[in-house]
Formats: sequence, structure tokens, C-alpha cells
Amino acid sequence: MQPELRLQREADPAWARRLSERPGGEGLFSCLQCGTCSGACPLSIYMDLGPRRIIALAREGFRNDVLQSKTIWLCASCYSCTVHCPRQIHIADVMYSLKREAIEQRLYPKRFPPPVLAQEFYKMVRQRGRNSEFWLVLRLAFRSHPLMLLGMLRTGWDLLRTGRLSLRRERIRDLAGLPKEIHREAA
Amino acid sequence: MSAVYGYFPGCSLKSTGVAYEESLLTLFRLLGLPLEEVDDWNCCGATSYMSIDEGAAFSLSARNLQLAHQARHKDLVAPCSACYLVLRKTQDYMQRYPRIAREVGASIGNANLKVLNAVHVRHPLEVLYTDVGPRRLREKVVRRWGGGRVACYYGCQMVRPYSEADRPHDPVRMDELMEAVHVPTAAYALKTKCCGGSLTGTIHEVGVRLNHILLKEAARKGAQAIVTVCPLCQYNLDSYQAEIRRTTGDRLDLPILYFTQILGWALGGDIGSLGLGRAISGRRTIERWLLKTRVEKEAYV
Repeated sequence: MQPELRLQREADPAWARRLSERPGGEGLFSCLQCGTCSGACPLSIYMDLGPRRIIALAREGFRNDVLQSKTIWLCASCYSCTVHCPRQIHIADVMYSLKREAIEQRLYPKRFPPPVLAQEFYKMVRQRGRNSEFWLVLRLAFRSHPLMLLGMLRTGWDLLRTGRLSLRRERIRDLAGLPKEIHREAA
Repeated sequence: MSAVYGYFPGCSLKSTGVAYEESLLTLFRLLGLPLEEVDDWNCCGATSYMSIDEGAAFSLSARNLQLAHQARHKDLVAPCSACYLVLRKTQDYMQRYPRIAREVGASIGNANLKVLNAVHVRHPLEVLYTDVGPRRLREKVVRRWGGGRVACYYGCQMVRPYSEADRPHDPVRMDELMEAVHVPTAAYALKTKCCGGSLTGTIHEVGVRLNHILLKEAARKGAQAIVTVCPLCQYNLDSYQAEIRRTTGDRLDLPILYFTQILGWALGGDIGSLGLGRAISGRRTIERWLLKTRVEKEAYV
């Protein structure tokens, strides 16, 4: 739940410091709050906070506000904010960093499709080395909202009749050569 | 420019984006550029892997770079914008962050990361522009375009921070290649605005809305088709036009083509080998356009 007011004593400045020390987070404290990122973001009007407020809250240390937000999951990683930022802050990479911590701490909104997709994609590629679009969509639906499949029937049929729907479950031969887990976000 | 280009297809070019693979292979064959698929490549991880485990995401790409290096490819052609960005971002991070380089090196069992950073990751648009060029392309034209004006849509990740494919804010290379093969282009200000990527599958209304804006603006600028360089952009713009017509009343039915399909057609490729029958929207327009084509020289395919 979003609090009506934020209290400074609830902020965690040490966490903000650590966030700025992760790769891509370097410029966090040089932000001018000019709002160019939110203006350049094609998705900001649909977000609960938007990139400018994410940066403002994050550098103040309001960890739960940003980690529980839907904003970080609406980010499509188009890097428009990053290439437009006058301070060259790698905002899209800060978003990634926050997504990883939200997953690790299980703070993401439950049954919200974007984090579900990310996790199912990750599992599929870790197991098989490749992603099979058809099977990925099935897994996404069953783990979020199974009824979404009804809305996808038309597109599925269109893809099928144009020979673009592969039912094959792809995998690589050298599964042992795939990288192992290297989690370490909250450190 | 290398003798044989390594080819990293990525997952989309084997399913929803199969027309991109077909037209790319045909076009490179017509131009006499040898392209060899990297054996046993793995998924680039796209945006999802990066959202879960950063070190493993970079290691996935490092494995692909290593396979390309072992096959002695100096150039690695990655047609999908997501693959292209992830591969290049991996090289950038391995050079700038020693900790990430160490992790990746340990993960793929290779301490010599310099050779992986030396693999030149390239987008086919940049390969065609730099290694072939508009002038040589024009010399090879055998068919005069019989279709309408197109909007060149570059999308986001191909031109963003780790790229050398084109200018990040106002890319022009696709427009130049289209004009080289006598295809008229529209002034399209939204050419680098994101299509939403996987959002059409996750937060459907938002994803479709982004694509609606892109389509409407192209039509408003007099374009009768959109040309793309990315399988996800093509899929998004192509697949939801019927839904957009139904929910908004806008009568959009634009063909969404790959730039390799149009170049391949001008150079004499046939409909099947360019995947031109695989479009969902604007199918009748495409048929009409292809029939109106004038043969300039004897086709050699």
C-alpha cells in the first residue's frame, strides 16, 4: 500500500548509496529532477510514478516505494530516458537494478504480468538455452491471468496461417555450457 | 569487413520473425555476402534475463561471442534489435566494470575476454550501409518498386546507447537505402519511439495503444506502409491492426515490411524466398504492389 505521506525516518539512505554503487547507478545523485526522462518516456503517462519520481524517491532511500511500484515493470527498456538525460544517468539500467531487487525480495506486484513474464522467460532459457515464444506465452498466461489466452486467439490464428507460429520447443545441445546463477543484487 | 559474416539469428527469427530471416538470407545471397549461422547459439536473454540476474545475462551473451570467436568470425550480424543491443551492452560492461568481466570470465570458463570484445557485433542495416552502400545497391536493382510511400521505423534498441548502427536521435540510413532502390519515404518523426516490446503480451491495452500511435502517425504523414529493422516491432505493428480497427474505428490496414524484404525484392528475390506472404495486415496492398512492379533487367533468381 502507498502511504499517504512519506516520513523521512522511513527512508534508508544507506540503501540509496548502495544503489548508486551498482553498475549503471553511478549518476544517481547528480540528477537535476528536470523531468526530461519522463517527458521522453513513451510509457510515463501509464505509470504510477514515472522515471523522474523513481529517481527522486530512490536517491532519498524510499526503497519500498520504488521496489513495489508498477513503474519499473512498465519500463520497456527503450533507453529513451538514458540517451536524453542531460546528466547522462543510465536510468534504464537503474530500472533494471530495481527490477532485480524487487524479484529477489519478492516485492513486485503479484500476478502482474511483466514480472511473471521475466521470470518465466528466465526459467525457460536457463533450462533450455533458448526461448520458444508459443510456450512462453502459455506459461505467462497460466501464471498471471489464464483468461488472457482468449484475447490472443485471433493473433494466434493469424500467426498460424502465415507460418509464423512455431510449436517446437527449442533447446541447445550444450546445456552444460550455459552460465550458472550469479545473483547478488541486494549486496 | 570480413570474409564470412557470423550470423546470430535469435529466437524471434526462427518463429514470428521468420520472414526476416528468409529475406535477410536471400538478400545477402543476392549481394554475394556469405553469412554463416553460429552453431548452437543460445538466447540473448533480451530484457527479461537482465531483469533477474545481471551477471548471468552478460554471461549468456559472452557464450555467444565465444562461439562466434571460435568459428573465427570477425563480424557477428545480429538482425534483432534486442539481440544486437544485449551483445553490444555486454561488451561495453565487460570493458567498463572489472567485477562483471571477472564474473563473466569465471562463468564461461574463459579468462581472455579481450577476444570476445574484439568480435564486431553489427546490425544488418549498418552492414548494408557501410559494406555495400546505397550506390552499389542502386546498381544492382532489377525491379522498379510499384508500391507506395513508406515510413522507415527504426524502433528503439537498435539506435540506443551501445549502438553504432545509426544516429540515436535521427537515424537516416534506412531511408537512404530505400531511396537507393527507388522507394519513396515519408518524413516520420516517431521513427525511434518504442513499440512497447513485450507489453502487447503483458499489459495489452498499453502496448496496443503505443502501436496505434505509431500507425496513425505514419498514415498521417502519407505513408502507405511501415518498414522495420526488428522482429518485435514488425510483430507488434502487424498483429494488432484488426483489433485497433475494431476498438477505435480507425481504418488502418498498413503492410509492415522488413527493410530486407524491400531491398531483396528490388534486387530480384522472389515472393517466397523473401517471406512476403507472411504479412498479417495489408495483405491485399502487398499483392497489388508486387503485381505493379516493373522489371528493369532480367531477374536472376
